[in-house]
Amino acid sequence: MTQGSASVIESRAPEPQTVPRLQLRGIHKSFGGVQALQNVDFEVYSGEVVGLVGDNGAGKSTLIKVMSGAYIPDEGEILIDNQPVTIASPQDSTRLGIETVYQDLALCDNLDVVANLWLGREAYRDVIPGVLRVLDETEMERRTTEVLKTLDVRIPSVRQPVAALSGGQRQCIAVAKTILRQPKVVLLDEPTAALGVAQTRQVLNLIRRLREQGLAVVVISHNLHDVFEVTDRVIVMRLGQRSTTFNTRTTNPEQVVAAITGAEYRNVSTSDAEEL
Amino acid sequence: MHDPDPNQGVSQRGNQAAFAEQPAHSGVGELPTPKERFNLRSLMRGDLGFIPVLLTLALITVYFQITTTGVFLQARNLSNLTQQIVVISILSTAAVLVLLLGEIDLSLAAVAQTCAAIMAVLSVYQNWNPWFAILAGLLAGAVIGLMNGFFIAVLRVPSFIVTLAGSIGYAGLLLLVLGRQTTLVVRDPTIRSLAPTYLNPILSWGIPLLLVALYAAGIWFEQRRRTQAGLTTKKPSHLALQIGLVSAIAVVTVLLFQSYQGVPQSVLISLGVIVAFWLILKKTPFGRHLYAVGGNPEAARRAGINVVGMKLIVFVLASTLAALAGIMLTSRSTAVATQISATLLLNAIAAAVIGGVSLFGGRGSVWAVVLGALIIGSLDNGLDLLNQDQSVKAIVQGGVLLLAVTIDAVVRRANPVRSK
Ligand SMILES: Nc1ncnc2c1ncn2[C@@H]1O[C@H](COP(=O)(O)OP(=O)(O)O)[C@@H](O)[C@H]1O
Ligand SMILES: [Mg+2]
Repeated sequence: MTQGSASVIESRAPEPQTVPRLQLRGIHKSFGGVQALQNVDFEVYSGEVVGLVGDNGAGKSTLIKVMSGAYIPDEGEILIDNQPVTIASPQDSTRLGIETVYQDLALCDNLDVVANLWLGREAYRDVIPGVLRVLDETEMERRTTEVLKTLDVRIPSVRQPVAALSGGQRQCIAVAKTILRQPKVVLLDEPTAALGVAQTRQVLNLIRRLREQGLAVVVISHNLHDVFEVTDRVIVMRLGQRSTTFNTRTTNPEQVVAAITGAEYRNVSTSDAEEL
Repeated sequence: MHDPDPNQGVSQRGNQAAFAEQPAHSGVGELPTPKERFNLRSLMRGDLGFIPVLLTLALITVYFQITTTGVFLQARNLSNLTQQIVVISILSTAAVLVLLLGEIDLSLAAVAQTCAAIMAVLSVYQNWNPWFAILAGLLAGAVIGLMNGFFIAVLRVPSFIVTLAGSIGYAGLLLLVLGRQTTLVVRDPTIRSLAPTYLNPILSWGIPLLLVALYAAGIWFEQRRRTQAGLTTKKPSHLALQIGLVSAIAVVTVLLFQSYQGVPQSVLISLGVIVAFWLILKKTPFGRHLYAVGGNPEAARRAGINVVGMKLIVFVLASTLAALAGIMLTSRSTAVATQISATLLLNAIAAAVIGGVSLFGGRGSVWAVVLGALIIGSLDNGLDLLNQDQSVKAIVQGGVLLLAVTIDAVVRRANPVRSK
């Protein structure tokens, strides 16, 4: 594992990073009798995109939810920059700089792009200091334009209701919304599901932008094509355990599929994949 | 009428034009169909959404002006008409708040009359100071709203059921408060003078002109800030047109009132309520969050908005406004009755929906109230002038309401994938 990730860092970042931005160790999580996660380790570095793949029920969403504070693990530890942390709620996760883009978009169709981006964290302006404060639309619009430009997200108007945007644009707005909080880690659960080709490209482009910004990005996807286009490492989950880790540049989809299904696992693992 | 504030409208179009120069759409490879749908939608829902309503109002006006041989548009009749719709306007503002949240309040009329009765009883039987009696009436409204809100927001009982049950219960409370009397005449001069008073010329001109000046200053200030921030700005000619239009409407309205007896105090109160809530909805985080909860409660919750608290506040505000409407009604009719008006609630909700407030939450502006109430009031007033029977009036009003709701539903369906 160390070998694989080290080579990734070499190819991506100028200085080698040895401390993962976010690290999970020995995570166990069960729901009644179902062992959803068994002794799972996970790590993602700054400026890296990790693809999390696996069959349905492999435990991908559960693992993401442990990171985002939706589930509390039965066992195991979580570290940020090598410091142990406790994530007991989504608020904890957000406070620690972990942002999650949910599968079902958390946007208000009736509000415009600016309003959606700033929802719950609006910028204010004092009319009568201490007594009356109003929304600072100018400031919010200015920063929205700025952020969308940085992320290369193109939309006709930031004052358009998001209902009028395409699926890809909406997904980009949902991601941009998390960026405003200046997170360290961004988690995306199936960001390209139900998107067309052009829209998928838009979102993948955005994910690359996140990496350029030095964020640690985790993407769950069923689409191996997308995974190969955008990730640095691929972590395969199987039956609640982390089974294999691949360096995206030195592997191919067949090997990943084999790891996902568990077929011919031994044959493949000799070349690029390492057993855990 | 999504938002008649031309300010907002111009800025949106301005932005779109500016962005259109970038190869945004071509690069993305957008399919043409959603765009066309958006155009239809934006016409119906967006900046120009209020045009059909305005045309309808114009049509109604022309029809009554001809059939009443010129009586309809006389200053005296228009002054009457605007005073007739004061109660509906205030009640309808309450309805808008609740509808924006995606809920409904069927107890508004019952709350209005019950709170008015509480005020009347305190004034007549307990000889309370009129202002304390009025305050008690408003407070009763707030308490009732808190009760409605508790069941709806905290216990999550559908608002339809809670307020329907409430309307029956509050009607009973009204009977209880008034005892065996079917009507109670209010003699207090302060309460009686709330509605039928006309302002003196200085206030009649002063208040509207001050408001217009503030409006113009606000637009200028915003424009300056946008320029400083490097954002797209509206053309000066647009701004001039916008301010000119608002000033013209204000001046013509005041002139009209002045040519009869002056600006009615009740009309100013109802307009004050509408302007206040327009500002609250547009300019404050509370307003923004209200639209968010109505649009997507889950997204609002995830954004850290206290959805339960929002609902509680809105139902308290709605019932308090209803109490105010009831007090204005009492002042106008100088008495409270045990019989809950059958049309009051429907007219209030109809005015909101006719004005373009969606029954499905999150869409519409409080200005809807002005157009909606004017349409309903004009029909009522015009048919009265023509000596039409209550039966005809009811049929016409039912038809107009059905039409408005149908338009709302059809427009929503025009974009089934994205509307929530
Ligand atoms: N809230 C839950 N309650 C009970 N079982 C759950 C819950 N969440 C996940 N599971 C179970 O845990 C296993 C892993 O699920 P999940 O993480 O959603 O898989 P994936 O996202 O990889 O498809 C599955 O067997 C699933 O049924
Ligand atoms: Mg899943």
